Amino acid sequence: MMNSIILNAATRLLVALLLLFSVYMLLRGHNLPGGGFIGGLIGSTGFILYAIAQGPTACRKALHFEPQNIAMIGLGTALAAGVYPVFFNDAFFTGQWWFIGDRASGDYIPISSVLVFDIGVYLVVFGAILTLVLALEDEV
Amino acid sequence: MAEGGAEVPRLAGGPAGWVSVAIPTALFVWFAQFLPAVAAGQTPLIGFDWVPSMGIRLEMLIDGLSLTFALLITGIGTLVTLYTTSYLGKHPEYPRFVLYLMTFMVGMLGLVLADNLIALFVFWEVTTISSYLLIGFTSDSAKSRRSALQALLVTGTGGLALLAGMILLGQAAGTYSLAEIRQMGDAIRNHDHYIPILILFLAGAFTKSAQFPFHFWLPNAMAAPTPVSAYLHSATMVKGGVYLMARMNPTLGGTEPWFWALVIAGGFTTVFASVLAIRQTDVKQVLAYTTLMALGALTLFIGAGSSDAIKAAMIFLVVHSLYKAALFLMIGIVDHETGSREVADLRGLARKMPVTFLAGALAAISMAGIPPFFGFIGKEFLYKAGLEAETAQLWITGTIFAASVLMFVAAGIAVARPFLGRLPEKFKDVHEGPIAMWIGPFLLGALSLYFGIFSDIPEIWLVGPATDAVYGADVSVDLYLFREVNAAFILSMITFAVGFVLYLMHARIRDALAAIIQANPLKFDPGWDRTLDGVKALAEFQTRYLQSGVLTRYVFIIFATFAATTGFTLWAQDALNFQLDIAAELDGLLFKHWAVLVFITAGAILTALTRSRMTAIAALGVVGIGVALLFIMFSAPDVAITQLLVETLVVVLVAVAMLKLPHLGVRTSEPNRPVHAMLSIAVGTVTTLVLVAVLQTDLDLRLTEYFNATSYYEAFGSNIVNVILVDFRALDTFGEIAVVVIAALSAYALLRGTRYGAIREDDT
Repeated sequence: MMNSIILNAATRLLVALLLLFSVYMLLRGHNLPGGGFIGGLIGSTGFILYAIAQGPTACRKALHFEPQNIAMIGLGTALAAGVYPVFFNDAFFTGQWWFIGDRASGDYIPISSVLVFDIGVYLVVFGAILTLVLALEDEV
Repeated sequence: MAEGGAEVPRLAGGPAGWVSVAIPTALFVWFAQFLPAVAAGQTPLIGFDWVPSMGIRLEMLIDGLSLTFALLITGIGTLVTLYTTSYLGKHPEYPRFVLYLMTFMVGMLGLVLADNLIALFVFWEVTTISSYLLIGFTSDSAKSRRSALQALLVTGTGGLALLAGMILLGQAAGTYSLAEIRQMGDAIRNHDHYIPILILFLAGAFTKSAQFPFHFWLPNAMAAPTPVSAYLHSATMVKGGVYLMARMNPTLGGTEPWFWALVIAGGFTTVFASVLAIRQTDVKQVLAYTTLMALGALTLFIGAGSSDAIKAAMIFLVVHSLYKAALFLMIGIVDHETGSREVADLRGLARKMPVTFLAGALAAISMAGIPPFFGFIGKEFLYKAGLEAETAQLWITGTIFAASVLMFVAAGIAVARPFLGRLPEKFKDVHEGPIAMWIGPFLLGALSLYFGIFSDIPEIWLVGPATDAVYGADVSVDLYLFREVNAAFILSMITFAVGFVLYLMHARIRDALAAIIQANPLKFDPGWDRTLDGVKALAEFQTRYLQSGVLTRYVFIIFATFAATTGFTLWAQDALNFQLDIAAELDGLLFKHWAVLVFITAGAILTALTRSRMTAIAALGVVGIGVALLFIMFSAPDVAITQLLVETLVVVLVAVAMLKLPHLGVRTSEPNRPVHAMLSIAVGTVTTLVLVAVLQTDLDLRLTEYFNATSYYEAFGSNIVNVILVDFRALDTFGEIAVVVIAALSAYALLRGTRYGAIREDDT
């Protein structure tokens, strides 16, 4: 933990921004640079910053969940997204898509099991990195 | 468990017990419905498409052989599980035992029913693993654990050989379907790979069915609870190898190597095992060795291969399963009630345990081969097949005669000794076992008598169709108790006479055998231990050498291997044979390229030369960021972003680790630095050469074009990198994130588990 007032003050703002940015990267990933892997990296950077500024204990409190549990939940989410198509007579990991709205006019929101899979990737990367960093930080 | 815990006595094993009896019963009934169709010569294939896109179907091949096995597995399974409710029902781990037993049953059924070779292998391994768990069920005993491991390693090694054999056979035949392979016997037998296939298949079958010299695991496996011995190690699993040989007979059989391998190994095992059976003092061990003998006889007769021999083997298969399971269950009851299985201890129990005695006696008479029991028919047909064999007639008949005589003696040791005679004082309070336990052996014993008297029932439904399936053509099967006084019948009478005499003298024979065996220097069990010790020593040696725990050495080995193998490949493949116009290449570089190049090089040089670890880490980060800039220039934004983030994280992580880990200060002098410098130059050179060599060939853009064309229309995404990651190759990504999780958890465990026990203040 660093006792820097500037870092402390900046962190409050930066963490929120980084998290927002990471979700943005995750969601836009299918069409533009980004995706679950990058999103997870950015998200974890936010919390690493927080851990550096406020200490690992405060960081764990802010996380609410143990980071290794977040990683496991992510793995489960990705697996669920992969198994889901089997119930529709498709092979494992075949993307399932729903288009809410009018597709012809381009005015629609696409939802897919692929997105769920990417969210799983996000959570795995996020949780795994924080597991490592917090375990290292804890050792002071 | 609703009742919860071991204190509450569960009625006949509780829910787990009822389920364990209900499943095999239901399966038995289900399989029984196929009897008429199979007896009529049909072979139903029941299956469903598993992975239709790859043409993989899960299919059950139901013919005479597999149906006979399936009925034995489920029928004896029902009786054994019923027996277990009483034998182990109060054991605190009983539900676990049931789970293992059910897993085994499913595996065994799959083994005999699978039509696909690979499916057969998978089920084969399921039986191996569940057998390991069952033998080691009393895991607090070192003997159990050793026996379980021995069985696992011996049968598991055979299983691997079998897998290799199956792949070779599948390649040779062009199909993995047994139903199709069965039609191609001549093509397979004349194939170049016939001998390797045969050796590998027999390695699998001989280890599973405990043929000499792989026999030693089976008697040790008797450390398992008695129902397991009765079910796995006599009636079903050990017959897996026999099943395989029988199943493969139309494909691989009928050649000289097949004949001699099976006849010699089978015959030798038969005699060897029946001699050792007489030598045992523990009734369960006597039965274990007679099981070996039976497996040997089955191998011998399948190898002999004439229609008579196959017929005899199939009769004996059914005969043996019935009486041997009954005898194991019987000695289990005796053990359960008296606490002893020693031949020397047990006497006169018939008065205290009349029903158990009756059940055991029925089975033992069948084992001794006395008319009108089914065992007599079995023995008659073995003799007949032996006497009419065209090759090795004397060997086959001789071994089976010796074995039959000794079986007669063993039957006496197993049943007559413990139950007849004067009851010793210490067994005055012994009483009969519960009905759930004696009903199984009683029914099996009764069936041995029933099949003997009404021999057309097994003939039509079991033995006939099974013989056809194994022989690969229609064989007329006509079972009878007695028709005329022929050579086989006379041999039977001599068997009884010699057997009876030997039985009376058996205590003296046993002591003599014990002395001979004591003097024999060739012992398999200690040999096994020495082999295992050797493997362990080798593992220790290479661990100490390769897995030294010194990070520098790991990295050194990895990079040295990389440089050496890649460099050799470049040279061997003649990939260095190119003209490179360096001046022209340099001319094409823009200012921004030069800038990044300088940036990266400066970072690298600083990393190598600095005396501070912290500076080295930061400088390495500079190199990484330079690489990220390259990715941006050559329009790979996804990779660039990832690279940037990873570089940042690595610097943070390593910096944190540096601060926390002890004993890391300023770098002291290192004698190995010149060596390390040479290695890094070598790695750099090889990598550069690889890249340049790659650029000499035209880039194959087919994949890029494919993804460009399909990404948006099939996967609705225009970022190809991401679409590949989460859609086209999602399974790979899933594997990768699983690795990420495992790596994180391992690192967490290492950091938490070593020097710092409980460190988090908020925990306390």
